[in-house]
Amino acid sequence: MSEVAITRTEWLQVCKRSDLVADSGVCALVGDRQIALFFLPEQEPQLFAIDNWDPIAKAGVIGRGLVAEIDGEVTVASPLYKQHYRLTDGQCLEEEAIQLAVYPVAFDGDDVLIQVD
Amino acid sequence: MVKQKIVVIGNGMVGHHFLEQLANRPERELFDVLVFCAEPRPAYDRVHLSEYFGGRTADDLAMGKVEQYREWGYDLRLNDAAVSIDRENKIVTSASGASEPYDHLVLATGSYPFVPPIPGHEHSKCFVYRTLEDLDKIQAAANDGKVGVVVGGGLLGLEAANALKQLGLEAHVVEFAPGLMSVQLDEGGSKLLREKIEELGVTVHTSTATELIEEVDGGRLRMNFKGEKSLDTDLIVFSAGIRPEDSLAKSAGIELGERGGIVIDNNCRTSDKNIFAIGECALFNNFIFGLVAPGYTMARTAVSLLCGEAAEFNGADMSTKLKLLGVEVGSIGDAHGRKEGSAAITFVDEQTGVYKRMITDSEGKKLRGAVLVGDTSDYDTLLQYHLNDMDLPEHPEQLILPALDGAAPTLGADALPDTATICSCHNVSKGDIVGAVQGGCCSVGEVKDCTKAATGCGGCAALLKNVVDTELAALGVEVNNDLCPHFPYTRQEIFHMVQVEEIKTFDELLEKHGTGKGCEICKPTAASIFASLWNEHIHEKPHVGLQDTNDTFMANMQKNGTYSVVPRIAGGEITPDKLIVLGEVAKKYDLYTKITGGQRIDLFGARLEELPEIWRELTDAGFETGHAYGKSLRTVKSCVGSTWCRFGVQDSVGMALTVENRYKGLRSPHKIKMAVSGCTRECAEAQSKDIGVIATENGWNLYVCGNGGMRPRHADLFATDLDDVTLIKYIDRVLMFYVRTADKLQRTSVWLENLEGGLDYLREVVIEDKLGICDELERQMTNVVGTYQCEWKTAINDPEMLKRFRQFVNTDDKDEKIVFVEERQQRRPATEEEIVKIAEPA
Repeated sequence: MSEVAITRTEWLQVCKRSDLVADSGVCALVGDRQIALFFLPEQEPQLFAIDNWDPIAKAGVIGRGLVAEIDGEVTVASPLYKQHYRLTDGQCLEEEAIQLAVYPVAFDGDDVLIQVD
Repeated sequence: MVKQKIVVIGNGMVGHHFLEQLANRPERELFDVLVFCAEPRPAYDRVHLSEYFGGRTADDLAMGKVEQYREWGYDLRLNDAAVSIDRENKIVTSASGASEPYDHLVLATGSYPFVPPIPGHEHSKCFVYRTLEDLDKIQAAANDGKVGVVVGGGLLGLEAANALKQLGLEAHVVEFAPGLMSVQLDEGGSKLLREKIEELGVTVHTSTATELIEEVDGGRLRMNFKGEKSLDTDLIVFSAGIRPEDSLAKSAGIELGERGGIVIDNNCRTSDKNIFAIGECALFNNFIFGLVAPGYTMARTAVSLLCGEAAEFNGADMSTKLKLLGVEVGSIGDAHGRKEGSAAITFVDEQTGVYKRMITDSEGKKLRGAVLVGDTSDYDTLLQYHLNDMDLPEHPEQLILPALDGAAPTLGADALPDTATICSCHNVSKGDIVGAVQGGCCSVGEVKDCTKAATGCGGCAALLKNVVDTELAALGVEVNNDLCPHFPYTRQEIFHMVQVEEIKTFDELLEKHGTGKGCEICKPTAASIFASLWNEHIHEKPHVGLQDTNDTFMANMQKNGTYSVVPRIAGGEITPDKLIVLGEVAKKYDLYTKITGGQRIDLFGARLEELPEIWRELTDAGFETGHAYGKSLRTVKSCVGSTWCRFGVQDSVGMALTVENRYKGLRSPHKIKMAVSGCTRECAEAQSKDIGVIATENGWNLYVCGNGGMRPRHADLFATDLDDVTLIKYIDRVLMFYVRTADKLQRTSVWLENLEGGLDYLREVVIEDKLGICDELERQMTNVVGTYQCEWKTAINDPEMLKRFRQFVNTDDKDEKIVFVEERQQRRPATEEEIVKIAEPA
């Protein structure tokens, strides 16, 4: 992500670095879309943005899930029924047919920027 | 298809086993089944009858349940004894006048107690010991008595003496023979048993024949013994053996033995091939089997034959292991060494009261029998040698001698033949277990589920584990108790590493002992261990990312992503003012309000961003967090106790408050619930809790490791008549030992069941301090108690922690996707259909 040349016109600033919680998730509202932001300071990439809506539990709770490494992949475990969603591409590991949207996200100094089509 | 009809007469333990076995077979569909039961309730556990006076109820002892029989499709006729059998027309007639045809008849009529024909035995204060109704009568008579006598010093007689003792009577046992349990024990074993039982306050009279029972002044009974001695008592219980209940068979012309008993062949068929007899009414090879296990084998034989399979009953081993008045007793095979050419090896320790005797052949090669009193830990090993006719080791005496270096040599599972019976309750052989492991079972738990082994009395659990582990090792399967892929250790091992190395953060733990980045199993487990040991706030920086959502937000997430809030209401005691605050807060935030099962008030439907405001109002009014979200102490339920209740004998609310305030905030492998009852009526349901306390006249009885939930388990009585200080001391130790050694997400019940040595071992650790760790356990608990903080109070005063309680980091908007509807004057989450309907334009 750091490779991408960032221009303010394509990217939207959603919050500050200090709004994030290390090793955990928070939620932002972009338009009418709820997006969960995960900040893993010790990893590369450090930032992930994924839909907050859990289509299995039918509630906006993904941002409140626990970050879990499953077979070497970084996932978030949904807090309601514990399915794992891969942070890189939103794929649900338990249900092949379910995949959450993910969004490009990056730091620009202390700003957190996101790209939403 | 026309079904065949099976009529079963008698619904005792063996009759029930027959019905249960049949119900679990596909051939069940081929039959209509009707059961006549003379007693007013279906089968119950007669083996543990004396526990009826130790607090177990008729329900606890029940084996057959009316609903269960209905589910199985059986026609159960309670309170209706069969009175005649017309064999020619194959019809059974009952006391109520019912007339039922049969294709197959099963007699499971059991036995009746033998009452010696002593003049005066029909007095109204003379009883027998067989049914729950008998026990009710004994209890009623005991109410205004002081002394009770049991006639008969056999296995059942001693059980009855235990019952009298539990009723608070001065108990005597009168036995005609020179020793107790003379069928199962030799002279030495019998003598030691007597000493132990007398130490417990039961007076034993052996070689004593009663000649006359007469009423003396005040309605008491006098037993006149041969030789001019006598004994005055308030009641007499006859327990001098059993006689087969064969009168129905007799009047139907079925062949009986010379001294009674329905003669059966090795198919359990009587002289009428359409009629089976099973259990204590049946006579096989001129022998009545007065134990439940052979009766079960007969029941299974009959079921197999009815289902068209070959099966035979070829007699049964009468070896037995039990606890009588708390004394361990075991008897195997030819306990008396009656067979010619027998040799014996005896070990006696008068100091600890242990007697062990092995009977071998003259060369000391085969084990013919054994007697164990005071310590039956060698029983399983000896029984296997006996049943499988295995060659004894070179120095057979080592099997019963205390090993100098600690562990006694146990029989390796390798040495057992496949036919060896491991679980005699469910007739599971070593071969069955090996088959289950080869079929894919990878743990003792899975083998238990699959074969039912060790799910009866549980006596074979250690041997079962041995067989399973050996077989797994043979298959090259590594027994894996790893916490998760990131930590190749058990929770207990991780606990010790954290403790010994004083590890304070997950990163440190991962770096030193783990791999990868952690997952939703190891993270909360580590967080729980850190909290149990160091008790830092769960929101301290390094712990934030480790918590499950409920711990993170210190509330319980509900199905629509909102939370419920449960403030602590210790002991269920609450002032009107505080109750008003709860009402006001609930009203202000429009929270659905419900009383919980744990005597608290649950407020549902709080949005994430509302939690801090709600808690500010609650803490201002003096409320603390209830930890309903954590794997920690939830609630201590109590009845109102002696302060108000006319039956209460101790202040149960006061004790509940002490206990709840002491253990609140303790993080543990699973949630913990407790209760305190003010008297034996047990209104607080303490016996269904992890820690249960019940008041007695002299203090408190402590129960441990019960739970409700998916697999309910009654708590076990751990210690009796404790004073306040000792009670707290024991709870401290039990809890900390559990916190230290339990597996992840293991409740106390499963923990205890998996603890090798079980309840006795737990007592040794906690009461006798066998491991020498009690001081440390207490110190650890004192530390947790001393560092308690209300997590919510800390959180609402810390802006950094509060940052997390924002629905969105970039706006104050609410989550529009949370929709409520109203029901019974409160709101609840809208269903999917309702949400669609609401969204549609009107």
